Amino acid sequence: MTTIQKTMKGLWSLIVGLKVTGKEFCRPWITVHYPRQEVTNLDSYRGHIDLVPYPDDSNKPLCIVCRRCEETCPSGCIRIDGHLPGAESGEAARELLLISEVPLPGSKAREPIHAADKTLRVLDGFALNYNFCSLCGLCVQVCPVSSLTFSSDVYLAGASRADFEFDLLRRLRDRAKSPAKLRKAA
Amino acid sequence: MTQLLQLLTNPLVYLLVALVAILTFIALNGLILVYVERKVAGFIQRRPGPFEVGPHGLLQPLADALKLVGKQLVMPRGADRILYWAAPLLSFAPVAVCLLPIPFGPHLVGLNVNLGLLLVLAFSGLNVLALCLAGWGSNNKYALLGAARAVAQSVAYEIPLLLSVLAVAFTCRSLNFTEITASQTTRGLLSWNVFSQPLAFLIFFVSALAETNRAPFDLPEAESELTAGFHTEYSGMGFGLFFLAEYSYMIVVCAVASVLFLGGWSGPFLPGHWWMLGKIYTLILIMMWFRWTYPRVRFDQLLNVCWKWLIPLSLINLIGTALMINLVR
Repeated sequence: MTTIQKTMKGLWSLIVGLKVTGKEFCRPWITVHYPRQEVTNLDSYRGHIDLVPYPDDSNKPLCIVCRRCEETCPSGCIRIDGHLPGAESGEAARELLLISEVPLPGSKAREPIHAADKTLRVLDGFALNYNFCSLCGLCVQVCPVSSLTFSSDVYLAGASRADFEFDLLRRLRDRAKSPAKLRKAA
Repeated sequence: MTQLLQLLTNPLVYLLVALVAILTFIALNGLILVYVERKVAGFIQRRPGPFEVGPHGLLQPLADALKLVGKQLVMPRGADRILYWAAPLLSFAPVAVCLLPIPFGPHLVGLNVNLGLLLVLAFSGLNVLALCLAGWGSNNKYALLGAARAVAQSVAYEIPLLLSVLAVAFTCRSLNFTEITASQTTRGLLSWNVFSQPLAFLIFFVSALAETNRAPFDLPEAESELTAGFHTEYSGMGFGLFFLAEYSYMIVVCAVASVLFLGGWSGPFLPGHWWMLGKIYTLILIMMWFRWTYPRVRFDQLLNVCWKWLIPLSLINLIGTALMINLVR
């Protein structure tokens, strides 16, 4: 008797299964049809990193050239160039700018900005080699002034490695010039 | 024109024309079913399916066919040359014969023979041999395993299939498809055999799924376990022929099912062939619906269902039918 009951239950489950797929069949598709539509819910998307500008001057990055991100990056993707106002940009300036105290990766607490950070420094270039980036986000975490964020270039594609070597400072300035155009290009 | 039509009275010419028509239908049907299957899969999974080639992806099967035709035919080292190349041909060739005795309309039948049902059953059995040869000739362990499964499965499921067909043949007292259809036209919808033989219809449909290697009984070509089963080593049109044969056998079993159980070409308002095609493609859509609903069964489950349920049930059904016929008489 139990065998027959079990079989009946199994047969009923088959019909239930058909009902499920039948219902899904009649409903509209939920995938985004790429060339004609684009995804919109990008708040949590982690693309490559981007510089964040001052709220009142979209040409000027928040970056204080403390170089924590460059030091922390496990893949060595980031290279920062900057100089002290009055000093020449170059290797000598780089040495001067290097900060030894780097907070432990993963610690959410921001390091207090120490005296050296308060020296005004000018960012000359923020080169990101996205080819080797593993999107771990440590650079975003260690930044003491929240100058780094994840971009939302979902449809980023290129034919050569050079396409993924970004100058983030130039991106920032381009974006300041024509925000709509850059979004479209991305 | 009339002279040309008179040529058709010659049985040989008639047969040739019927064969050509059937082969055209098979090729066209292959293109349509590939498209429909991918669309059904897409819709069930809430995505659009093929969309880019032609309007709504309509030309996708043509592009696929061209790709298959253009591919190089490769034979693995150590394969049996004759068996390896004979298998896809042997798989595809009997399909045309299987469709010959099936009436698509009151007069639209390729070969009106008394033993039409037997002809279809005999020739569709050849497919197992083709799968077996393909697996054996490929010199590949996955192909061989697929072939072994195909043989075990087909041998097992042919029994309930035959028994359920036999019950219908008992009630209609004929093995001729045209007569079986005619016997279901007397009282409209109610005279369809599916109402007098519901169990036989269910058993026939399940066995037909297994015979055509459709999911959830697609063990001979189980992708996740055997890469592609018996046709692992076939490229280009070698694979294409197996593929075409599979879709054509779907048409054959659905046509037989609609003739035996659903009244064939009988139906109101429309000409008979539209009813027949409608019934066939409805059954095929149900088969596709099954495929995208059910997971593949395990091999012991597959054989258990057959030997422990379908065969006893179909035997009981057959004996019951025979008794009923004698009592009524």
